Amino acid sequence: MKDDMPEVTRAEYCVIACAEAWRGGGEILASPMGVIPSVGARLARHTFAPDLLLTDGEALLVGADGTVEGWLPYRQHLALVTGGRRHVMMGASQIDRFGNQNISCIGDWAKPRRQLLGVRGAPVNTLNNPTSYWIPRHSRRVFVERVDMVCGVGYDRAAEVGARHHRIPRVVSDLGVFDFATPDHAMRLASVHPGVSVDEVREATGFDLVIPDEVARTREPTAGELRLIREVLDPGAARAREVAV
Amino acid sequence: MGDKTMTAEEVVSRLRSGMTLGIGGWGSRRKPMALVRALLRSQVTDLTVVSYGGPDVGMLAAAGRIRKLVAAFVTLDSIPLEPHYRAARERGAFELTEIDEAMFMWGLRAAAHRLPFLPVRAGLGSDVMRVNPGLRTVTSPYDDQETFVAMPALRLDAALVHVNRADRLGNGQYLGPDPYFDDLFCEAADEAYLSCERVVDTAELTKEAAPQSLLVKRHTVTGVVEAPNGAHFTSCAPDYGRDEAFQKRYATTPWPEFAARYLAGDEQAYRSAAGEEA
Repeated sequence: MKDDMPEVTRAEYCVIACAEAWRGGGEILASPMGVIPSVGARLARHTFAPDLLLTDGEALLVGADGTVEGWLPYRQHLALVTGGRRHVMMGASQIDRFGNQNISCIGDWAKPRRQLLGVRGAPVNTLNNPTSYWIPRHSRRVFVERVDMVCGVGYDRAAEVGARHHRIPRVVSDLGVFDFATPDHAMRLASVHPGVSVDEVREATGFDLVIPDEVARTREPTAGELRLIREVLDPGAARAREVAV
Repeated sequence: MGDKTMTAEEVVSRLRSGMTLGIGGWGSRRKPMALVRALLRSQVTDLTVVSYGGPDVGMLAAAGRIRKLVAAFVTLDSIPLEPHYRAARERGAFELTEIDEAMFMWGLRAAAHRLPFLPVRAGLGSDVMRVNPGLRTVTSPYDDQETFVAMPALRLDAALVHVNRADRLGNGQYLGPDPYFDDLFCEAADEAYLSCERVVDTAELTKEAAPQSLLVKRHTVTGVVEAPNGAHFTSCAPDYGRDEAFQKRYATTPWPEFAARYLAGDEQAYRSAAGEEA
């Protein structure tokens, strides 16, 4: 980092890693869920992906400065999803090696040990538009061998049903960035955030992660990006409540 | 053209145990809560509830009125997990038809269009297919030959929705940013009951608002209830936002205590009890 910049926090590396999900996306809707993906999407919109569409979290499309530029009530949102011009970043209570994701319940679906949100729009998202995931606390409880209820569809399931618009560009956690760029689309460690070791990631993952010989480091934010994050997009540092380090 | 105004009690007197009941709004947004409260004061039970679930589902579940729920989620929005719904699910209190948000919308659309199903891409490959073994697929007869889920029509015996304004004939108007799916609920139902913040003359509806705010059409509506604050504690923009403090109390108070304090009397008693503590 530059000498005049305070040290980059883990949360800020996560923001950068999430923002990168929308690089090159063009004129599509960025649908971030969670604080860090939201800061990331807006960072992308402010810098390298100016054509992105963003919502106010409800029914309005808003420009970088908050100016209303369109109307997107739920019913039209669902049309946009199936039209495919959207890249959503969802959360995951569980995710497996092929990217199957669960936000519905833990345990037996018929009488769950813990009822969570329900499938929500995960099935429609994953069958229709690029879907990435954000996981603020990387652990074996989240990165599991097998999810209890498949809400978001992974690569193995997508192949079985011949899903033609299925894609999971990336998974971002507080430890690193993951993708499915392997011959059988098993999850691969794409980069570790600075300060995180490969062993740490392996230890926190409940399945056999593909680890390349050379593991990249998540890139540094530019001085301009850091200023945007700290002074414009998240001056209250809500990001630090999602990732504390 | 008849005057369809009635009281919430009259609405509930027309509902029967065992009915399939659609409830409008979304999560903790513009839910017909005054009608739900009236339902809770009645003996109507054994319901199949079809809802983009919020506290409507939580309350009916807590009171043991649901035999089966059709939903994609149940949430209080600012409190992501609905505690009474959770508790009911974790004790296996009712059957669940868990489907995706888009499947839900297409199910209502199919019912509104009198179609047996509509094809949707959502659901394939997910465990929605496993937990709903009755779901069938359909293959495109055209060159693409793509396979879809044949989402069955979600036909409703009755629908309950809440909007900002309505006239006595059943023309309903929303003034907030999102219509949600309230028109579809009414079109998918044999009988629809519309509560509103204020009943106004028909001419008033378009005096200050654009005609496209006229969401619900009178031919789909059986009864109109004037229910000021009738979505409380959910949001009803622009008339009022969500009552977050009260919602938190709802979420953290044991159900028997909450029901005794707020739901034992009529709507007036609810309003005074909720208002006194505001």
